[in-house]
Amino acid sequence: MKKVYITSTSCLSSVGADKHLTWQGIQEGQSGIKKVRQLGFIEDIYAGQIADEVIDTQWNKLNISGVFTRLEKMLIIALKPLIDQNKPTDTSQLILATTKGNINDLANTGAKGANINDMIQRIADLFGFKTTPIVVCNACVSGILAVSVGKRMIQMGVCEDAYVIAGDELTPFVVSGFNSFQAMSDEPCKPFDANRKGVTLGEATAAVHLSANRLEGDTVFEVIGEASIADANHISGPSRTGEGLYQSIQGALRESGITAEQIDLVSAHGTATNYNDEMESIAFDRCELASVPTHSLKGYFGHTLGAAGLLELVVVIESMLHNQLVVSKGYEVSGVSRPLNIITTPSELSLNIALKTASGFGGSNTALLIAKRN
Amino acid sequence: MEQHKYSISKWCTVSDETVSRLDQVVFEGEKGDFAAFAKAYYKANEIDYPKFFKMDALSKLAFIGSECLLMDEEFEKPSSDIALLFSNASSSLDTDLKHCESIVEKESFYPSPAVFVYTLANICLAEVSIKHKLQSENTFFVSPRFDIDLMYAQASYILETNRAKQVLCAWVEYLEGTYQFFGYMVSPYKQGEVEHTRENIKNIYKR
Repeated sequence: MKKVYITSTSCLSSVGADKHLTWQGIQEGQSGIKKVRQLGFIEDIYAGQIADEVIDTQWNKLNISGVFTRLEKMLIIALKPLIDQNKPTDTSQLILATTKGNINDLANTGAKGANINDMIQRIADLFGFKTTPIVVCNACVSGILAVSVGKRMIQMGVCEDAYVIAGDELTPFVVSGFNSFQAMSDEPCKPFDANRKGVTLGEATAAVHLSANRLEGDTVFEVIGEASIADANHISGPSRTGEGLYQSIQGALRESGITAEQIDLVSAHGTATNYNDEMESIAFDRCELASVPTHSLKGYFGHTLGAAGLLELVVVIESMLHNQLVVSKGYEVSGVSRPLNIITTPSELSLNIALKTASGFGGSNTALLIAKRN
Repeated sequence: MEQHKYSISKWCTVSDETVSRLDQVVFEGEKGDFAAFAKAYYKANEIDYPKFFKMDALSKLAFIGSECLLMDEEFEKPSSDIALLFSNASSSLDTDLKHCESIVEKESFYPSPAVFVYTLANICLAEVSIKHKLQSENTFFVSPRFDIDLMYAQASYILETNRAKQVLCAWVEYLEGTYQFFGYMVSPYKQGEVEHTRENIKNIYKR
C-alpha cells in the first residue's frame, strides 16, 4: 500500500489564534479554559471558548468576501495556511470532521441552516475543490477518523492528497445536552486525576494536509497505522474493559508492523469523566503502554468534540518536531485503576512514533499511529 | 487485481412503510406513520429487544434495515468480521430539532439526556453494532446523496486489507417523517452473485 504523509498542519484554538500561538501558549502552560458567564440558559460554566474578536481579527487578515457562519470562518482560518502552502489540484479531496456543524443556526433557520453538506460545499467552492467533499460525523472520534478516511482514499488510489479539516463550536445546544447528562465539571477538567469531576467543553478548528508525496528534505509524519473499532456495548457509556479502544490500538499496531514498546508518546482522549479515563487506562495497560509518556490535552482546550482528535494531533506533531513532551494539564494524582506514565513536567525526549487515540459516544474508538520522517 | 473478488450478496430497502429484500417485498405496514410501521415490523418478526422502543426514528430505521440484512447471517459474537459504513444527508437533524425545542424557551427549558444522546448521527450505527455485537470497523458519513464512489472505496479498503470479511454499507436518512434506508452486504464472491462494482451498486440503488 502507498505511504501517506501529513505534510502540513494548522489550527485555531482557545489557547492561540494559530498553530504557533497555540504551541507557544501550551509551552507556557496556558489554558484556553475560562469561566463563561452565560451560554443559552446555562450560567457560569468553565469552557474553552474562542473570543469573537480573535476570530474577527484572523478572518479580516484573510480578505475573503462572502457570507460565512462563525464556524465556517473558523474552519477557513484553519484551512487557509495549508491552501497557501499547497494549492488543491483537480483530484484533491476535502474532508470535514464535525459532530454538529452549524447547529447554532438550528433555532433561527431550521433544518436548512444546519445542513452540514451546504456548509462544506461553501468551503469547497471558496478554495476551488473539484471533487465531492467527504463529511465524517462519528461523534468525538471524527477528527482523527477523518485522517484514517483520507489515508484510505489515497491508498485506494482515489486521490493523491486530502485536506482534512475538523471543527465544532461551543453552543447552548451541546452545553445543555452535556449538562443534562451531568457530565460537566464545575472546575477546569482534570484528566486521569483522582479528583476529576467530568468534562469541560470547548471549541476549535484544525486542519492537516495528507499526501502520497513528500518534498525532499521536509520533515513529514507518516500515518503508519490506524483502526476504528466499536465497543458494541453501550450508546453513551464506554466499555468497562476498554475492548474497542484495545482492538483499535492493536489494529493500528498490526498495520504499522511495530510493537507497543516502540511508541514514544501516547496522546490519549482523556475527557476527565470517571468512566472514560478509567476505560482508557485499562485499554492502554492491556496494550502494554503503561510506561510510555502519556497526556490528555483536554486541560488546555476542553473537549472540542469533533475537532478534538485533529487539534490534538496537530499539537502532537509540534511536540514531535520539537522533541518536547507536553504536560498533561490538570493532572496531579492518579485516579485510574491501572498504572499510566502521565507527563507532569515539560522535558525533552526524542519523539519518533506517537499514538493518538479518541473515544466517543456510541462506543466509537479510533487509534492513529504516526512516525516522524526526516 | 483478481476479478470477482467481492460481491453484493444481498440488499434491502426500507421506505414508504415497506421493507424489500433482494427487490422482493418482505413486509408492508400501514401507510403514513413510520412509528406504527416500525412497531408492526418489530412484532411481525418476533424481535425481543426492548431497547428498540427507546430509540429515535433514525436508529429504528437503521435497526430494521440492518435486521433484514443480518438476520440470516451466522457468526460468533462478538465479531469483528462485519464492518459498518453508514451515511445520510441530514445527520441527526430530526432529533436535533427535538432537543432544540427543549432548550429555546426559558420557561420550558428541559433538555433530556435520553433525547440528547441521539443528537449524533453515528448512534444509529452504534445501535446496530450493539444489537449484533459487531466489534468492528465503523464510520458514519454525511453526504447530500448516497455517495457510491466513497462507499465503494471505503468498503474495498476494509476488505482488501482484511479488516473485516464483510461490510454492511447503508444509506439511513430520516427527517421529519420522510425517510429511506438502502443497504447492502459486500461479501467474498460466490458464483452467480452480483459483483461488487460501482455500476452494480448504482443499478441496485435505482431499482
